[in-house]
Amino acid sequence: MLPLVAMASRVDWNSFFSLISSDSSRTALWLSLRTSAVSTVLCVLLGVPMALVLARMTFHGQTLVRSLVLLPLVLPPVVGGIALLYTFGRKGLLGETVDVLGLQVAFSTTAVVIAQTFVALPFMVVSLEGTLRTAGERYEVVAATLGARPTTILRRITLPMVLPGLAAGAVLSFARALGEFGATITFAGSLEGVTRTLPLEIYLQREVDPDAAVALSLVLVVVAVLVIGLVRGTRSTAL
Amino acid sequence: MNRFVALVASLLLVTAGCGSESADRNGPTKKVTLTVFAAASLKGAFTELGKQFEAEHEGVTVTFNFAGSSDLVAQIQQGAPADVFASADTKNMDVAITANLLEGSARNFATNTLEIATPADNPAEVNSLDDLAKSGVKVVLCAEQVPCGSAAAKVEEASGIDIKPVSEEQSVTDVLGKVISGEADAGLVYVTDVKAAGDKVNGIEFPESGDVVNTYPIAAIKGNVGDGLAEAFISFITGSEGQAVLAAAGFGKP
Repeated sequence: MLPLVAMASRVDWNSFFSLISSDSSRTALWLSLRTSAVSTVLCVLLGVPMALVLARMTFHGQTLVRSLVLLPLVLPPVVGGIALLYTFGRKGLLGETVDVLGLQVAFSTTAVVIAQTFVALPFMVVSLEGTLRTAGERYEVVAATLGARPTTILRRITLPMVLPGLAAGAVLSFARALGEFGATITFAGSLEGVTRTLPLEIYLQREVDPDAAVALSLVLVVVAVLVIGLVRGTRSTAL
Repeated sequence: MNRFVALVASLLLVTAGCGSESADRNGPTKKVTLTVFAAASLKGAFTELGKQFEAEHEGVTVTFNFAGSSDLVAQIQQGAPADVFASADTKNMDVAITANLLEGSARNFATNTLEIATPADNPAEVNSLDDLAKSGVKVVLCAEQVPCGSAAAKVEEASGIDIKPVSEEQSVTDVLGKVISGEADAGLVYVTDVKAAGDKVNGIEFPESGDVVNTYPIAAIKGNVGDGLAEAFISFITGSEGQAVLAAAGFGKP
């Protein structure tokens, strides 16, 4: 709490709105919101199957797979950025393949989304896997004995049952994507309107205008608090 | 019995320690640490100069804090214990002067100019500043808010060439990193960065770089270790030994 209070005490309230409403700030915030939304969708698409496999199946090397899925949580973001650079970069492992498909990843908004998805995905998987395990398999087993197909079980029983966990995971992923900095600056670069998200804008503003950096930081904190509040909201309605 | 021996031994050690300390106080080998806050681009040259300075001044340890000049000023303003501050531009030294952080005045000790850096194989066949404006050439520059970026903007202005970068990086090392990894076809970095990167990048000089010369000032900070040590270090940097090492790293004369 104390660092937040210290930061808030430094905000120049008289010029707060002019500081946060500059063109570059708004461009950065808008880019952050857009890319985080896309990343969240990707996290749901990639994370749901991962969580289902981890929670409902037992296989050789499961612990290792789970550790690998969780790796971005503990990696320094810069390391994540470097790893992505050598995967999707122009001279990276998949760089040429991606190039053939007509996708220019380097220095593009796509790179920002990839970086955000990379760091946010574990939040989705962890959150959903926990919910899946807590919910148990009783209803699914009963449905199966009554002759329901696996897809029907997934659609009619499993997913509706874990919807709160799914929503919480999505919101957390969104919040993590919104705050993503290290992997983005390492992998995607920084260009206004294309790759310069709000955290990058804050870092840059700090060089010339510390007041603007503090004001924008507060905006990011407020958005993050709202998002986390949303998680609690979904949890309490589920209970 | 063992415990008694240990106690006596440790007592002896403590008194021995006291003895040598009192000798230090009177002798020439007094132990002091000189803390130098220096711009990141000085890392190579200053690390070596620090060792030389230690060799010439017995009992002196030089510790460095290398970071962006604006970060360093902010840290000193917040009370970080710095004895000497070496900035990569006069702008940040001016901030320190305005904030009344200096003891005495600042002295210029080096200059740096920009150079084009391309990956070693130069895939986009960049040979001049004009080539950076060609479409399809992925150029990375520093953001205008940081010194290398404002220098790049001045080069663009002086030459009338409009470069459309694919990314505006936070520091010159970020630009260099994207060139070395081959993500970017070219970047504008300092002559000293190209030199430090060795074979990993290919440096291309351009005549317009002479119009934009970055000057490095150095100054003692108020409340430094004293005994004229901060001044001695500054004289060492501006003197012949310091200048030789800086020149070898690619820096120009002030």
